Amino acid sequence: MSDHVESDHLESDHVEQSGLRFSPWNLLLLVPFLMLVTPWFNSVEPRLWGMPFFYWSQFAFVPVGVVCVAIVYVTTRTEPSPTATARGGPDVEDVDDLDEGMANR
Amino acid sequence: MIQWVELTVFTLLFGLVTVLGFVASRWQRGDTLDHLDEWGLGGRKFGSWITWFLVGGDLYTAYTFVAVPALLFSAGAMGFFALPYTVILYPLVFLPVLRLWSVSRVHGYVTPADFVRGRYGSSLLALLVAITGILATMPYIALQLVGLEAVLRTMGLNGTGFLGHLPLLVAFVVLAVYTYQSGLRAPALIAFVKDILIYVVILVAVVYLPAKLGGWEVIFGAAEQKMATTNPNTGQPTGSILLTANNQLQYITLALGSALALFLYPHCITGVLASRGRAVLKRNMIALPAYSLLLGLLALLGYVAIAAGVKPITNGATGRPDTNTIIPVLFDNEFGSIFAGVAFAAIGIGALVPAAIMSIAAANLWTRNIYKEYLHRDANPAQEAKQAKLASLVVKFGAVAFILFVDPQFSIDLQLIGGVVILQTLPAVAIALYTRWLHRWALVAGWVAGMGYGMYLLYQIPNVAAKKAHFGGSALTLDKLDLLGWQPFAGSTLQIYVGFVALAVNLLVAVLVTLVLRRTGTSAGADATSPQDYHADEGSSRVKPVTQSAAGH
Repeated sequence: MSDHVESDHLESDHVEQSGLRFSPWNLLLLVPFLMLVTPWFNSVEPRLWGMPFFYWSQFAFVPVGVVCVAIVYVTTRTEPSPTATARGGPDVEDVDDLDEGMANR
Repeated sequence: MIQWVELTVFTLLFGLVTVLGFVASRWQRGDTLDHLDEWGLGGRKFGSWITWFLVGGDLYTAYTFVAVPALLFSAGAMGFFALPYTVILYPLVFLPVLRLWSVSRVHGYVTPADFVRGRYGSSLLALLVAITGILATMPYIALQLVGLEAVLRTMGLNGTGFLGHLPLLVAFVVLAVYTYQSGLRAPALIAFVKDILIYVVILVAVVYLPAKLGGWEVIFGAAEQKMATTNPNTGQPTGSILLTANNQLQYITLALGSALALFLYPHCITGVLASRGRAVLKRNMIALPAYSLLLGLLALLGYVAIAAGVKPITNGATGRPDTNTIIPVLFDNEFGSIFAGVAFAAIGIGALVPAAIMSIAAANLWTRNIYKEYLHRDANPAQEAKQAKLASLVVKFGAVAFILFVDPQFSIDLQLIGGVVILQTLPAVAIALYTRWLHRWALVAGWVAGMGYGMYLLYQIPNVAAKKAHFGGSALTLDKLDLLGWQPFAGSTLQIYVGFVALAVNLLVAVLVTLVLRRTGTSAGADATSPQDYHADEGSSRVKPVTQSAAGH
């Protein structure tokens, strides 16, 4: 058991060393960049309410961007360290919480 | 002739925000305003709503609201780049902005240059970032005045010479005084009024005007007709309502380059650092695109103006037709005086909010990274705050002097250059948030290379339509791209955004010099930040109390 705690600690230290927290959900942030592929929508037809495709399709990307960012926000809201999610253990707290816990002691 | 009803409505609303600007110093106040965290960052405690209004008012400026439709009015589809630019912006900056907030909150950084100073232990690199920030911001402030003046001139205050600029001067003195007194709280409070007015005005305009003019099909038809006419200066069509084979790359790179550049501007970082915590920023990244939608709709008013037969007003000071007046003129022609007055107030107040934040951001840079670093090393927080207040006055009057004594076209050119310039701080500020792999001296070298090459390319670009030989725009024809005489794309007519090319050169040089410096073992300097700092949130013990953070520099 103590071995486990030890390795947990080391692993989480390792993650914090690189200072990066990666969630696969973050990849959704790349989706809105599809609107940079202008040849896809650089045309007049089909029109919507008389507005050429070029214009209304780009408006349609506004909610796409919002939804992608919102999903990333919701899925990373607690920003757990990767070890905590992998083990699902309540014993591994956020580094900041640990800091605070120590400060209180 | 002066439009008295419009002017009265405008003056009443302007008076209202002036009162708010002064009252703001008492709003949510901390123990003292004699501290840069309080004066320059509003106490670092703005919640989701205030941040939404403040950053929205900060990013989507009056000039944007006037210039983007003007661009569609005169050139067509190219002007619509503002929409993809502001849509990809938030997914792009979502993660780095959070890291910047955290590390700045832990170490009490007030400016991006403070962060660079801490990250690389290099005051030279910090100085370069600070100077770049100030240089890029100054013309941006001047442009807000261009937006404000477009409105004032439409209301009939279109005098010649100094008298023509007098209303602008009065408006700016008022702004300068309450920003001096209240700091960032003034634009934060005023932004509520500005944004509500803007939303009402634009939503009414985009519903009412197309209905009145016969629908979007008619409007786009009129725009298509105008774009097909031949420009007498170039012999080419005026523009196109779709992208052409030549300007697609420019459209893409300008949107991407502008998105990369925006949160490097000191005033945007000021808005970010003033927020209370990471959750506030995340919620804002979801909610801020509401303004993008508004900007896109507003952009289309450029075509509406074509369909409505709007003619730009001739600027009494320069004697040239000013396309920036088309939106004010459109409102003037199509709406009653009272609503037009409200619309003008929305644009006018819309100029004040970003101008105030920009001057505060530039003042923070001056105070933290030049005054405290080089002139008065042991300045206490009260002296810092005093210095920043004075600097904000200098910055604003510098911008007014610019408009008074220099052709406004020059500000527009400088703002164009500003975007290319600020992009050169991307490696030192944004990439540094993730890795310290790039060596500090390599970053300096990259900055010099990117800056020099960017300037050289901008100088090479003519604008045939405006009969200018140099600094005619940001669209570089690939044919003209030469690297010490070598032209890799000779004969190509494709256009690309200069900032993008300059950034590529900057990064290339930074990487190469880093490899060399690693070999020679040149000192990389000390890093004052630790990896955990980049995730600290409000309430963490890492975070210093607001009033002490700047003192422990």
